Amino acid sequence: MGFTIKKGILYILLIILAATCLLPFTLMIVNATRSGAEISSSFTFIPGTHLKENWDILFGYFNLFRGMFNSVLVAVPATLLGAYFSALTAYGLAMYKFKGNKVIFGAILTFMMIPGQLSLIGFYQLCTKLHLVNSYIPLIVPAIAAPGTVFFLRQYILSSLSPSLVEAARIDGSPEIYTFHKIALPIISPAMATMGIMGFIGNWNNYLLPMIILNKNEKFTLPVMMATLRASIDAARNQGATYLAVAISVIPILLVFCFFSRYIISSISAGAVKE
Amino acid sequence: MSKINKKRSKLTAYNNWGYAFVAPFVIVFLIFSVYPVLRTLYLSFTDLKVMGQAHFIGLDNYTRVVTDKFFWIALWNTVRIWTVNIVLQLGLAFLLMMVFSDVKYKMAGLSVFRVVYYLPNLIAATSVAFLFSTLLDWRFGTFNILLNQVYKLFGAHYAPIDWIGNSATAGPTIAVIQSWMWFGNSFIMLMAGVQGISKDYFEAAAIDGAGRWTIFGKITLPLIKPIMMYVAITSLIGGLQMFDLPYLMVNPATASYGSVQTVMMYLYKFGFTSGTVQTGFASAIAYALFLIILSVSLLQIKLFNRKEK
Repeated sequence: MGFTIKKGILYILLIILAATCLLPFTLMIVNATRSGAEISSSFTFIPGTHLKENWDILFGYFNLFRGMFNSVLVAVPATLLGAYFSALTAYGLAMYKFKGNKVIFGAILTFMMIPGQLSLIGFYQLCTKLHLVNSYIPLIVPAIAAPGTVFFLRQYILSSLSPSLVEAARIDGSPEIYTFHKIALPIISPAMATMGIMGFIGNWNNYLLPMIILNKNEKFTLPVMMATLRASIDAARNQGATYLAVAISVIPILLVFCFFSRYIISSISAGAVKE
Repeated sequence: MSKINKKRSKLTAYNNWGYAFVAPFVIVFLIFSVYPVLRTLYLSFTDLKVMGQAHFIGLDNYTRVVTDKFFWIALWNTVRIWTVNIVLQLGLAFLLMMVFSDVKYKMAGLSVFRVVYYLPNLIAATSVAFLFSTLLDWRFGTFNILLNQVYKLFGAHYAPIDWIGNSATAGPTIAVIQSWMWFGNSFIMLMAGVQGISKDYFEAAAIDGAGRWTIFGKITLPLIKPIMMYVAITSLIGGLQMFDLPYLMVNPATASYGSVQTVMMYLYKFGFTSGTVQTGFASAIAYALFLIILSVSLLQIKLFNRKEK
């Protein structure tokens, strides 16, 4: 077999695999516009005419935009706090020699390896004691202490921020925190953006923790609301509406991906190469 | 002399600023990370149920975990689903890595394919679960309708399969969906390893007349071994904690529930499901799972390192 033919076959296989990745999303969008009866009787890629109907059925159950709004309320502050405080901590660890520096770094490495389930029960108990059940605080504030992000940013600072730059600022009489804001932050901001976007997606998609902490409908974030919807909607009869629900929940993250896919890919790559 | 001392004390003064920079992290870390982990450990030695007093009962919870038939079933379910998942996920990622790192074919379009393959990983597990359980519905699901139409095309009769409700198919189905979600992620990591290899090696090998298989076996493979290990261990840690998909796709009333209940679901039952909460026991399950993850990771590291010699 010729070189070109073999190469062509490889491309066809790659495209089939790509289609497999996209197919469920395509069906989701097509089916969101079809009626339950249509979906359960035939398969097609041609959109239907029942979008409005499905919309009305769906929003008769839940206001998904409420869930989306709640998710924004959680994910945006968590992401910003996570990025800023991780940078602050990483700068502190990379630029200053103080007692305990190594201990903190060791703890960070250890906690990067500890699976999340280990803290789940203790975390919930803590929240009960502090009366933080149904509050967004336990979903936002812990972002300040993200070991993985601190580790990544520390390595980044060590490799890209020259200590002589910081010393020069000191000689000029710049206060330490001012040096951090004016000199260090602009240099490490690409790395912060990378970690921030991954953090945002993680926060946005997080299910287990919000499900445990939140038990009031009006507080539900989007993933928790989707899970509740799945339990309450008659999916067999309202298939169109369920596809529409999934489509609405997926669109914001797809938009984020459209704009930031480069950062996302590079952060996964960085995660692997750091080892 | 005094000048040096002065300089040194000034440096120490600067270095003390480090405390201020790490203070917020340390405080939040102690409260929301360290304390919960230790608290769970403490609770695993107590008989705490829902509320009330916790009494120290030594290793009783751990003995119960070890002798609990359902814990072992849950562990077996987890391992079974995870094995199918990992073979598919890493196998596919590895094949793709081979295709895109091949020196002879020099496949184009990596950046586009990479993005598309990663797409499923972006979506919240709740949405994925919802989407697939609707697509795979026994009677009305699009997947069975499609198969029916294909069978009809060939004049055959298709008996709809209850993919999620049937004990034989539920586990593998979830494993396939899990692989669909994660193979792109593994592929990107492996590819990052390949791209990190200096081009000089490939060029030198080509000048020496090395074939593409030799180049793959002698240069690419050994040099990405650390990344392969990283990918394997992270998927192991994630896989043994599997929860979202099986929990969301199969409800306890379904016949197949017993075949897909993972350790995390079992933990959730005793940790958080109202009516069955036994906090002490759930904490012991958490630590038992941790010990399993830890020992398998260490074993994996050991195996990888041995091969290198």
